[in-house]
Amino acid sequence: MRVLGIETSCDETGVAVYDSERGLCAHAVYSQTEIHAVYGGVVPELASRDHVRKTLPLIRQTLTEAELSPEQIDGVAYTAGPGLIGALLVGAALGRALAWAWEVPAIGVHHLEGHLLAPFLEDKPPPCPFIALLVSGGHSQIIHVPEVGIYQLLGESVDDAAGEAFDKTAKLLGLPYPGGPQLARLAERGDPTRYRFPRPMTDRPGLNLSFSGLKTYTLNALQQTLGERDDTEQVHADIARAFEEAVVDTLVIKCRRALESTGVPRLILAGGVSANRRLRERMAAAMQPLGAELYYPRAEFCTDNGAMIAYAGWRRLAAGHQQPLAITPRPRWPLTDLVPLA
Amino acid sequence: MPANPNDQPTILALETSSGACSAALLHQGAITQHLELAPRRQGDLLLGMLDALLKAAELKLSEVDVIAFGQGPGAFTGVRIGTAVAQGAAFGANRPLLGISSLAGLAHAGWRHYGGGEQRLFAAIDARIGEIYCGAFAVNGQGQAQPLGSETVTTPEKLTVPEIAVTHGVGNAWALYDEPLRARIDLAQAQIASTIHGEAQDIAALARWSLDQACAAELAQPVYLRDQVAAIPGSALLDSAPVAA
Repeated sequence: MRVLGIETSCDETGVAVYDSERGLCAHAVYSQTEIHAVYGGVVPELASRDHVRKTLPLIRQTLTEAELSPEQIDGVAYTAGPGLIGALLVGAALGRALAWAWEVPAIGVHHLEGHLLAPFLEDKPPPCPFIALLVSGGHSQIIHVPEVGIYQLLGESVDDAAGEAFDKTAKLLGLPYPGGPQLARLAERGDPTRYRFPRPMTDRPGLNLSFSGLKTYTLNALQQTLGERDDTEQVHADIARAFEEAVVDTLVIKCRRALESTGVPRLILAGGVSANRRLRERMAAAMQPLGAELYYPRAEFCTDNGAMIAYAGWRRLAAGHQQPLAITPRPRWPLTDLVPLA
Repeated sequence: MPANPNDQPTILALETSSGACSAALLHQGAITQHLELAPRRQGDLLLGMLDALLKAAELKLSEVDVIAFGQGPGAFTGVRIGTAVAQGAAFGANRPLLGISSLAGLAHAGWRHYGGGEQRLFAAIDARIGEIYCGAFAVNGQGQAQPLGSETVTTPEKLTVPEIAVTHGVGNAWALYDEPLRARIDLAQAQIASTIHGEAQDIAALARWSLDQACAAELAQPVYLRDQVAAIPGSALLDSAPVAA
């Protein structure tokens, strides 16, 4: 079965074709980052407008690259939520109409299920059960996955998402939007002993997370050093390092706790922040004493993409799920509301 | 594709730029339509309407000559739902796509309402924040619309219109801005209908006259008219606040 996947939930247009026999046939992502950079954040109306321009050309491009004709596509999957309503509507309307015209089934995919299943696009997919750490600009969640389609929320951020905290802290350090990845690069040059930020909510039981307080620590550290140090660039690198260490350490502590409390010996990392090198290294090191395995997708499938939507869509279509002839995106859609596959 | 209206083209049309959702099929010279006044429910309804029209006519989507859609201006979300559905349908069935001005569609709806013949209509709809989307059209006895000047988004107070004697004013802007509009438009003989919406049947009727402008699906794009929708931080007027990615 070959499934066309369409992702338009935020500021990336992603399209892919997944073949249940051969794996991923082709995928393409167009990022709107440059459009939104001057605004310091995603402008929903501009995002929606750009998806209308880019989605269909990307579909044509992906089919060409996959050397597939439309008759060879057996289903269409599109992100139905959560996300920006206007952006979701574009992919959902186009995808649902395309499936109607092709006379094939369609499925609205949960964006986070897409992320959680992204490691299945790799050669060595994780067996179930596993614990998933989903960390992106919009979400920070720790999820127990006994089997594909069943998602039990163990903990989540009570305020900023991890990626959001990265971007906001980057802004405080004068880095252009979206500063998360740049902050990580800056942190490489930072002295890890210069500042120490707290590891929020690690001193109490439970698996919830909180990252908004780290912004305050960043501001305080910046103000403290005003007049004390004149090597501004190094100060920024040191603060970036302290921030990154705090986020990574917190995530490691919570994931270790999740594995220990559930007895599940497997962790997957998903979402944009899971591309962070230090997070992957630290998490891998933390798995060893637990005898647990770590899985994560290649970097390009950590951020929003069509491949994960095509894959998750295939899993649901193969299990007999279908979307009726209506375009009904859900901008707010708890992962735990998803119906099991079988 | 038929070269002129006499060849009786088969046209599947949709219009979602206003609070209404409508789909129409022009086939063998006859038009059928589904329409619902359904603000924010276009996504629920549109594909079902299109599907029902084709089924009733025992047609496949690939058998229509052209897919036509109201491309705006109008409610941004409605315009995009219509555009995306039209794009998906046209690409999927390998059919050409034709975008028709929603203001021209509204003028055509007015022309129908007032019994045909030769009319000069001023179509104007609410664009929020004190502005209107508007355009003037001459519609001939066969229902072919010619734009008189270009379509604009403006405040009623800053409106400049071609010096024509308008016979009819249509669109909901007339209910909101009757006085400033009357002050600027030659309405000596005019009748006003502010409750009329452009419908898919109007889009289909207008499409007959511009079949040669149908194009590949991705080339048909919405017309917003309002392009200033966000302000760079530090500058004036924030229409649309940024959100975290």
